[in-house]
Amino acid sequence: MILTLAFRNLFHDRIRLAVTLIGILFSIVLVAVQLGLYLGSSRMITAMIERANGELWVTAYGAKSFEDGGVLLTPRERHAALATPGVKAVIPMIVAFAEWRKPSGGSTRVVVVGTDAEDKGLEPWSLVQGDWEDIKAPDAIAVDNTYLRELDIAGVGDTAQIATGRVRVRALTHGIRSFTQSPYVFTPLNRARQLIGVDGDKTTFFLVQLEPGADVEAVRADLKSRLEGADVLTKPEFRDRSLTQWLFRTGAGVALIGGALLGILVGTVIVAQTLYSSTKDHLNEFATLRALGSTSGYIHKVILAQAGMSAVIGYILGMLISLTVLFMSRSSPLPLVMTPGLAGALFALTLSMCAISAVSAIVKVTKIDPATVFNR
Amino acid sequence: MTSTPSLEADNIVKELGRGAGKVMALKGVSLVLNPGELTLLMGPSGSGKTTLLSIMGCILTQTSGDIRVAGQSTKGMRAEELAALRRTHIGYIFQSYNLFPTLNALENVRIALDVIGQKGYAASQRAEEVLHEVGLGHRLKNYPGNLSGGEQQRVAVARAIASSPSVVLADEPTAALDSENGHAVMELLARIAREQKRSVLAVTHDPRTLGYADRVVRIEDGLIVGEERRPDGLDAPRVTDLTKRRKAHG
Repeated sequence: MILTLAFRNLFHDRIRLAVTLIGILFSIVLVAVQLGLYLGSSRMITAMIERANGELWVTAYGAKSFEDGGVLLTPRERHAALATPGVKAVIPMIVAFAEWRKPSGGSTRVVVVGTDAEDKGLEPWSLVQGDWEDIKAPDAIAVDNTYLRELDIAGVGDTAQIATGRVRVRALTHGIRSFTQSPYVFTPLNRARQLIGVDGDKTTFFLVQLEPGADVEAVRADLKSRLEGADVLTKPEFRDRSLTQWLFRTGAGVALIGGALLGILVGTVIVAQTLYSSTKDHLNEFATLRALGSTSGYIHKVILAQAGMSAVIGYILGMLISLTVLFMSRSSPLPLVMTPGLAGALFALTLSMCAISAVSAIVKVTKIDPATVFNR
Repeated sequence: MTSTPSLEADNIVKELGRGAGKVMALKGVSLVLNPGELTLLMGPSGSGKTTLLSIMGCILTQTSGDIRVAGQSTKGMRAEELAALRRTHIGYIFQSYNLFPTLNALENVRIALDVIGQKGYAASQRAEEVLHEVGLGHRLKNYPGNLSGGEQQRVAVARAIASSPSVVLADEPTAALDSENGHAVMELLARIAREQKRSVLAVTHDPRTLGYADRVVRIEDGLIVGEERRPDGLDAPRVTDLTKRRKAHG
């Protein structure tokens, strides 16, 4: 009967129910979009690091992110790393911003990622046209097909210029997007050095692959002692450092999380207000229940059931809208991401939000004097 | 009557308000309800009828004095303990019926059973049974909005007796009803008292109800000022009998 009464109370006033659901829905969509953007951004920022085939990263001291490593490491550091026990391979990698001159005039910034295929350190994934062999050609590059318009090219075979070097698109990837909105350009290591004008054999990172069974922490400590002026980071450390740089030092992540918190707050207030007013409207019925001898717990359950039902309906509607927004954002510069974990967290959040909203109504109902049933 | 009282009010005092606005609603009232009796509590407005009913029903607490339900004193009991007493021993009928507008007749009775922990098919069966008992077997699925005042009050009576309480307290049960429905409800209450051996106390100032009473208790200005009992074996017309008796004594 608790569920029946809660259901009937909820659906008795359709307008109030609509207001409640709009409050929850607004909250869910706002939180889903904000956290979806946060997750999408995080994935973009860390995609290269996650895809790299190595346990440790050697970076210039203080390198803030994958795109911001500078080109400062020399063969001396590489040799020192290679001489470290437990190290199987040390793969050099160039990552640097460069100027992309559009064929029809104007320019845009790109991030040149230079690494050799045979090293198997970091390969462009999601290749939809051409392959890694095609990129080995002297002027060859691979770009993502979602940036073709921005780069002012039509596809494979088109040419452009990076800094002073001419390049030809030989392969296309799909979905390798950049948080900085500067498209990634994949090319072999030496070609990358030429394009960005690096002297000698300097590199941005060394990706360190370990011998099977080697202790990551021990090797790292050894590498640190051998490589003065360089940082030796594990994959999670480098990932966190990049996230901190782009999401928190720039304030983007704070804005996204702030938006999500605002959504939760607004949703809670709206649900609390409508639940309170619903409880107030049904106060005489709750007083009757109390007069009939119900425990206060029984009445609290009715209110919580009302809140729970609102949460479930609001969540389903909110998720439908959120998934539609997510679908529409697929080809946008910053696609939203929804994971089962986030969906679960949103459901838990909705339930908690509605439970918290029920507190004011419960406080109100706790103060009911059953004697009011005689005053009607 | 020699049977054990279902409910006893012993020297009940109730003060309402504070300071200069303090009013003594009850000034030492004692009343005993016995099984199988329909007692009417009559008196003018403001005499303390409803206050006494609320206190005897463990809804309102007295300033002093004691209420004993089935011999158990309620002194010092907390709100939840009083609620437990209410759901075990007392059924209520209110002037404005106090039905749940979003529940149908059957559900309105079922909720009273749900409160005492009776659920599922057995509860539905019991609810249906009492609704048949009050003559509403054909209106089980009707919502209060679709029932007449008399029918709504009969649903309230069914709700009050569904859990088989030993005491049924009714606050002005006929006040909102026309003559025909008023008589029907009083007949029902009298039947509940006599056939089911429950104590029924009805607060009323409706003279139409007199004929159904086994006892009439008069309250004025917070004090019991008189009590009349129908002589054993006396039957209808009850109104006339009691009135004649009052005149004879008066």
